Amino acid sequence: MRRIYFDHNATTPVHPEVRKAIEPYLSEQFGNPSSIHWAGRDVRKGVEDSRQEVAAFFGCQPLEVVFASSGTESDNLAIKGVAFRKGNEGKHIVTSQVEHPAVMNACRFLEDHGFRVTYVPVNRYGIVDPESVRKALTPDTILITIMYGNNETGSIMPIPEIGAIAREAGVIMHTDAVQAAGKIPIDLESLPVDMLTFSGHKVNALKGSGGLIVRKGIEIEALTHGGHQERGRRGGTENVVGIVAMGKSFQLLRRCMEEEIEEIRRLRDKFENGLFERIPELVLNGHPTQRLPNTVNISFRFVEGEAMLLNLDMMGIACSSGSACTSGSLEASPILMAMGADPTDAQGALRFSLGWGNTDSDVEYAIGAIDTVVQKLRDLSPLYPSTREAKAR
Amino acid sequence: MKGKRILAALSGGVDSSVAALLLQRQGWEVIGISMDLYDFSKVTKDRAGTCCSLDDLYDARRVCDALDIPYYVLNLRDEFRREVIDPFVREYTTGRTPNPCILCNEHLKFRALLRKADELGAEGVATGHYAVIRREPSGRCRLYAAPDESKDQSYFLFSLESERLRRIHFPVGELDKEEVRRIAEEAGLPVFEKRESQDICFVTDDSYTEFLNRSGIQEEEGRILDRTGNVLGTHKGVLRYTVGQRKGLGIAAKEPLYVVAIDADRNEIILGTEDETLSTSATAGRLSFVSGAPPAKEFRATAKVRFRHPGEGATVRMEGDRLRATFDSPQRSVTPGQALVLYDGKEVLGGGWIECENASRS
Repeated sequence: MRRIYFDHNATTPVHPEVRKAIEPYLSEQFGNPSSIHWAGRDVRKGVEDSRQEVAAFFGCQPLEVVFASSGTESDNLAIKGVAFRKGNEGKHIVTSQVEHPAVMNACRFLEDHGFRVTYVPVNRYGIVDPESVRKALTPDTILITIMYGNNETGSIMPIPEIGAIAREAGVIMHTDAVQAAGKIPIDLESLPVDMLTFSGHKVNALKGSGGLIVRKGIEIEALTHGGHQERGRRGGTENVVGIVAMGKSFQLLRRCMEEEIEEIRRLRDKFENGLFERIPELVLNGHPTQRLPNTVNISFRFVEGEAMLLNLDMMGIACSSGSACTSGSLEASPILMAMGADPTDAQGALRFSLGWGNTDSDVEYAIGAIDTVVQKLRDLSPLYPSTREAKAR
Repeated sequence: MKGKRILAALSGGVDSSVAALLLQRQGWEVIGISMDLYDFSKVTKDRAGTCCSLDDLYDARRVCDALDIPYYVLNLRDEFRREVIDPFVREYTTGRTPNPCILCNEHLKFRALLRKADELGAEGVATGHYAVIRREPSGRCRLYAAPDESKDQSYFLFSLESERLRRIHFPVGELDKEEVRRIAEEAGLPVFEKRESQDICFVTDDSYTEFLNRSGIQEEEGRILDRTGNVLGTHKGVLRYTVGQRKGLGIAAKEPLYVVAIDADRNEIILGTEDETLSTSATAGRLSFVSGAPPAKEFRATAKVRFRHPGEGATVRMEGDRLRATFDSPQRSVTPGQALVLYDGKEVLGGGWIECENASRS
């Protein structure tokens, strides 16, 4: 069976150059980067070279990069790290209604521990209005945490504007850029952001790797206490292989992100336009243009997303209906609900996210397969107008 | 059936796992599915031993890995609330003792899942129930109790009519439990030692009242009476009682007393002696017959008034959209809300839901 992977916002395949780069660290380069001797020294060099690559990609200083195990851990470190830092007396945090569970649930946890959290709404495109962030600020607001690009819709938040508001108010600004990193230009030299989360496996590196950029002067409390690794901000022997992989990925991206992204955008647009031309009654969820170049989220009206997803899986096409939950079953997306989507439409929503490795022929095959499945399911649906008419006749 | 697709509904237990295995051996293209029905974390911490908890979903997934078949968890929470939990709560408030497992079979396993089968291009749905479907050349299907009487689950399936049975399969229905375990063990399925599921999945025996209270049902103290209206004491709420109950009544009397009736409207529990728990007949409504219609206006059948009831000979008379079954000898604890299932020998004819019983005044 033909297999097509359109779920790059969930995870990505490992780039062959990344695989080459980590190979020595799976054999002769086994040392502990904290060791003084030769075995540690060489590995330490690999870790620090990677730190430099990541810093160069984001436009910050190497020592501002804290490596961690995932985007989720990095979000937790940012949010709880600020909340629990020494001398902090502020008890209020501002975030949005469409954050990733890593941010959402870290904030809910803090609510159980004496903090107040304002979840600002989004407009119908899933975008936060900077003014609503400004209005949410209180004298004891300590942190604004708003994602850069939304994982489900791809909508891009006005982070430069929100960051400027944070600066003006003297509040720490964090952004979860797990989905945006590598898909849109991010330059911390000009971006007023104090902390930024990134992940390895969303950019063709390895699962189990991620990191938080903490700009100079921002104090956070460590959550994992242990050795002095990552300058005391994250104890535990470094995930050397994961870090080296990220270094390579971000190096590749710095060199050729622009061309790669243009190609992915072309394929995504071809896919999106193809679907809208072939299939009636589709709804685009998310902003038409202010959107990650690889993502398209569509509601197939009169069809359940779950049935679509499973049928497409059986035809070899991998896509998603949003964040997977523990049991692997599907609920109407809270993100689409926050955008004010019709609940029935939200249940019929699917996210397609393209990436490195996809081709024109993937796009053409997928359009045909989706068309077939939608027609089949609409024929079974008592709600679909033509089915209704047929039954009436 | 070579290459034909079928959904195997997996509970994570040994029966449904072996059902999936047997279908695969018969040549079906099996898709493993489980139903996500309820947020079990809301009920209690330990849900081991019931259908569909997260641990069971894990087991079901591992069985599908072993069989190398796809596995999906389907979200049917809305249907479960609407078709099973809401009626369950409603029945209790009218003083009946409901049977949610039959509703779950009727509306979830064999209605919603058949719809899913359509959507996924599958011929039908298979489960691990112990019951037997016979398919006649005409296409008509008949339903029978399992040969292994100790495992027979046909009582829970009475509301499936022939038309639907055509698309349903019970691959372990004619086996006995030991054989099912042996097949699972030989095939290396990771569930062959699992214990039997017991309770209703969303509520354990000792947490009924808590569940119902959380569902917005307020309890009120009321009177406990005997048949002639003498006040014997007070109760903490009618939800806590079921017809035939003897323990936990808190009433001292010369001879053992049983709940013989529950009057939810007046918030009263009626007690009686053992003899007074006996009923000579029962009426049932919301009828369903496997063949689509009752065999005659009046007919003989074996009636079961609850799961594991051995069955009693009865004369059944149709009365409009209800029936009355008059037992050959009076039956103990005939409970409104439970199903009355009619058999001709091993064959399930159909049945209905018990509305009231007629006390024996002997």
